[in-house]
Amino acid sequence: MARLRHTTFSGNSRGYRVLLVALGALVVNGLLSARQMDQAGHWVTGMSNQVVWGVAHVFAIFLIVTASGVLNIASISSVFERDVYKSEAYTAWARLSGLLAITLLLGGLLILVLDLGRPDRLIVAMTHYNFKSIFAWNVFLYTGFVLIVVVYLWMMFEQRMNRFVRSAGIAAFAWRILLTTGTGAIFGFLVARQAYDMAMMVPLFIAMSLSFGSAFFVLILASLHQHVHTKQKVELLTRLRMLLGNFIIAVLFITVIDHLAKLYAAGLHDFERFILMDGGIYPAMFWFGQVLIGSVVPLLLLFWRSKISGNISMEISIRRLVIASGMVIAGGFAQLYVIIIGGQAYPLALFPGMEVSSSFFDGEIASYTPSFHEFALGFGGIALALLITILVLRVLPFLPQEDQLSGKQT
Amino acid sequence: MIGKKLSRREVLTAAGAALLTLAPGVKLVDLAVAASKTANASKDEATDNLVRWGMLVDVNKCADGCTDCVDACNDEHGLRGQNNHNSRPETDAQYIRVLDIKDKTTGKQYSLPMMCQHCETAPCVDVCPTGASFRREDGIVLVDKHTCIGCRYCMLACPYKARSFVHENLTDQVPTTPRGKGTVESCNFCVHRVDRGEQPACVEACGKLGHQALLFGDMNDPDSELSRQLREKSTTQVRDDLNLNTGVRYYGI
Repeated sequence: MARLRHTTFSGNSRGYRVLLVALGALVVNGLLSARQMDQAGHWVTGMSNQVVWGVAHVFAIFLIVTASGVLNIASISSVFERDVYKSEAYTAWARLSGLLAITLLLGGLLILVLDLGRPDRLIVAMTHYNFKSIFAWNVFLYTGFVLIVVVYLWMMFEQRMNRFVRSAGIAAFAWRILLTTGTGAIFGFLVARQAYDMAMMVPLFIAMSLSFGSAFFVLILASLHQHVHTKQKVELLTRLRMLLGNFIIAVLFITVIDHLAKLYAAGLHDFERFILMDGGIYPAMFWFGQVLIGSVVPLLLLFWRSKISGNISMEISIRRLVIASGMVIAGGFAQLYVIIIGGQAYPLALFPGMEVSSSFFDGEIASYTPSFHEFALGFGGIALALLITILVLRVLPFLPQEDQLSGKQT
Repeated sequence: MIGKKLSRREVLTAAGAALLTLAPGVKLVDLAVAASKTANASKDEATDNLVRWGMLVDVNKCADGCTDCVDACNDEHGLRGQNNHNSRPETDAQYIRVLDIKDKTTGKQYSLPMMCQHCETAPCVDVCPTGASFRREDGIVLVDKHTCIGCRYCMLACPYKARSFVHENLTDQVPTTPRGKGTVESCNFCVHRVDRGEQPACVEACGKLGHQALLFGDMNDPDSELSRQLREKSTTQVRDDLNLNTGVRYYGI
């Protein structure tokens, strides 16, 4: 078997330059919004004392969860190489998978940091630790993840270090599971809130990361269509179809169990009625966003075969996979919106079974309308992740190439 | 050198006797220190766990429609809202508020003040990444405004919705309650008054009207009025299912 070769991204098209400028503009826009939030205070956002984490956190957590999930490709190539997944296609794209894992995490962290009430005190967060806080664990999980993936990439890039790829891959795989565990635990261990307080949040977030990460990688592969033609790309897309389908089912399964467990507890009936039926935007996002657009339709696209036409062509199959992946991402945002904002909008039950009211909105469903600034910050985070990615692609050989194509080689 | 060799039993007996002689003395010193803390409450002294400040709310004495405790708190801490009036209630800070409660089954109605419950195992302290949320030795839960990064995780973790985030620039702050935009805050039992040997502002205001619904004191001092009442009355901790050992107890709910 010929050794895999990698190349830098050599495209210098108008499209590439437009993309650079557009992403740069989004990043600047996000920074300007963050500055406004910092100078005026958070009242300029839709957040309040009732909904303390808003849509910017939806973006941030989406990016962090997806960052660990996007490493799937690399993990499969080096951790599970001995089983049926062994494929050159995964190995070919492992480098890009590692790069995206780092950049998406950085984008998510940028949002989280700039949304802080005192972003200028980042140094305090890096020097003062309360080790009982899951947030403090996450600081180490995030920085550790970046370091481990950098080492992992180094093992892949440096031919003399290739023999350590598997060890580094196993470490990165273990760490990414820990990372998503930490992210799920941020919510799962909140004993006070009816929406959270479920250890089930941890496996749910792990499954979400696998699903969103795979879908995100499919979209990245598809967007590289015009520039990079490799047989590994087609092969990888074909393989990702089954994988993504399984991950969607896993997320759906844990979601069902989570709601069934809550429906079984009389004390949570009111909350379930809110989040599944009466809660306005939240049930709508749950049923239409997460379940229909994010799960059912993608599953049909991935697995449904007409009895009449039989097997569909690879081209159609791949097109369906790309559409399904886009829908999984949209459904993922809806799911996180319901979890993060719906969970806060439902009032705390200080006195179960009682009607409670106050000047501080006790007993009321909190209203929340996301502001421009929060969206700007959220899109700024995504743009930063993509901007760093496409810049790094130009200087380091991350993309696989076929032997007959010219370009820089490693 | 002492010639006589002591047997093990003699050594143990002597040590036991010494301990019995000294122990009450040590205990007396402890009590004296605690008493002096309560009485003099020197500002420069570190707090210790000989005292645990707490409060009893007698819901039966809480008058309908009365907000004197809330008003006193807002004055004491300078909680005025933007432009000195409550223009944005959803983002304005409230350290204490009155809850109107109605039993859906029986129709029984009552009101009570709700604020930071100064839990022994406070969820806000557990989740704070930098340790800015902390519990003083004497049981008062505080936020260090210099290390709070404004992540608001404590607000998600608090079962009592007791915390507020400062959403805007502040002017004309009260010197005894330094606040900061972008940080989280909550009832601090008027720690500056307590350290001077005074009562929290809400307790004083409630007493002025003769309602006496709020009683503040040392839960660790068996002779305090608070301890006496807590011993005699059947009081409740809100969300006692969480087993947080709150410093604020309610009677009559």
